[in-house]
Amino acid sequence: MSDALLEVRDLVVRYGEVTAVDRVSFSLAAGETLALDGPSGCGKSSTALAVLQLRRPSSGEVVFEGRELTALPERELRPLRPRMQPVFQDPYGSLSPRHRIRDAVAEPLKVQGRWSSTEGPARVAELLDRVGLDPSYGDRHPHELSGGQCQRAGIARALASEPRLLVLDEPVSSLDPSVRAGVLNLLADLQDDLGLGYLFICHDRAVVRHFADRVVEMRDGRVISG
Amino acid sequence: MEPEKRSEALLSVRELRIAFDGVETVRGLSFDVRPREVLAIVGESGAGKSLTARALLGMLPRDATTSGTIRPDLAAHRGRRISLVPQDALSALSPVHPVGDQLAAAVRSVSGVSRKEARARAVAALDRVGIPDAARKARAYPHEYSGGMRQRAVIAMATINEPDVVVADEPTTALDEERRDQVLRVLAEQREAVGAALVLVTHDMDAVREHADRVLVMYAGHLTELGPADEVLGRPRAPYTAGLLASLPQHAPPGRRLPALRGTPPAPGALPPGCAFAPRCPLAADVCRAAEPEPQQVEGRLVACHRWAELPHPATELFQEQTAEEGEERQPA
Repeated sequence: MSDALLEVRDLVVRYGEVTAVDRVSFSLAAGETLALDGPSGCGKSSTALAVLQLRRPSSGEVVFEGRELTALPERELRPLRPRMQPVFQDPYGSLSPRHRIRDAVAEPLKVQGRWSSTEGPARVAELLDRVGLDPSYGDRHPHELSGGQCQRAGIARALASEPRLLVLDEPVSSLDPSVRAGVLNLLADLQDDLGLGYLFICHDRAVVRHFADRVVEMRDGRVISG
Repeated sequence: MEPEKRSEALLSVRELRIAFDGVETVRGLSFDVRPREVLAIVGESGAGKSLTARALLGMLPRDATTSGTIRPDLAAHRGRRISLVPQDALSALSPVHPVGDQLAAAVRSVSGVSRKEARARAVAALDRVGIPDAARKARAYPHEYSGGMRQRAVIAMATINEPDVVVADEPTTALDEERRDQVLRVLAEQREAVGAALVLVTHDMDAVREHADRVLVMYAGHLTELGPADEVLGRPRAPYTAGLLASLPQHAPPGRRLPALRGTPPAPGALPPGCAFAPRCPLAADVCRAAEPEPQQVEGRLVACHRWAELPHPATELFQEQTAEEGEERQPA
């Protein structure tokens, strides 16, 4: 598939003698949600880390926007990293407790050299607004936010990098049902508006069935269906 | 308010209040646990459901102040008449003793049986919860058990002395679906086998549907709705219950957008005037902002809502129009 946003071929991840991911292949188009489903320890999260090149795979290929990533040295990977952003399960753990929300969202802009003192603050406010947070939340620290608000801030931070792919690792698993529905609705809106591809890791089948376009089922490191 | 009939109760909770630093998180809660029933307690984080469960066990944090009554005082016989299945099985087991020894110690703590007899009961209990080769596994340490096996060992521990009440506090939250199903099944089997009542604190509505006889829905430290589980889930009478159920993806109408409750539950100590749910409620009227509703009898259940009679069924469309843009979680708290 040449129009795939992400194509994973025969991905293998080994930790010492343990093979956590065993020849996993799938592809994902822009605007599409692909779910990785399976029991604890089946290799879902290891697959996610390998796709993000946060853990280099033992073998196999990860082709993102037409470029094969596994062979690239870190120096060449760095300009591509903003385009694939993770959102993790624990919204508090993924934001520094000592930084205000506004600084957490501004950080990618600054690191990537896209910050200006005139337009930067307005961009942060716009991102917070985009995820349904009143910009006044920018003054707060993570512990002053609810779990759902914190997860929204994490999504705003990911969006600051202008990604094409979000790797969502159990993004709603620690949230209460009514808050979870709001965050899933937000993700659906963002995908419709921005054409983002989602690699969606979730162990709640009802959420997966509702939210994903396609499901890849994993067990013991292998794809068993999908 | 109209409490339940006391005659049916194994355990009666009346006007329970739990506060920290003068801020009440459980605010005058009354309910019964009946013999051999499965009573689910549901609600969102901060609703007070875990604190209520801990109060039944006499296991509240030291800085909690309480009032109200829980009768009889089963907590004085914790481990014998009432026991706990916690969320985190690892924290419930000592890492430095074999699992079988821990079960045997639990037996000997409440009865004068011999060491040998206690050991035999421990092995039998592990066997009952489906631990393979129980005699050998009884000599193993918790770290040598898989996560699912540890959870079953904790269930064996909680039921080995045949208590009247087992309290399970989010027993499946950390588990994947396969292990969740297994743990719920073993819990239901063991409860049945020893004839205990089960108080199941959970936010897993499927678990409530599959296992509970009755369900207590809590919001901001208050009873919102209490009644037979199939009736409450089948036709909620309180708007909060209806919104909670509508937001579940398993009940979602076609289309990607889920019905959602706007906003978040109020922080303890920052309650709005009147009904604590009013700011999020699509049916809220002046009366709701003026006075907090007391639980009243409605068709064989208790409902704390001024406007219950106005709630349509199904209520899904009441919660449909509210999008993130229209204010979910946007008001600064």
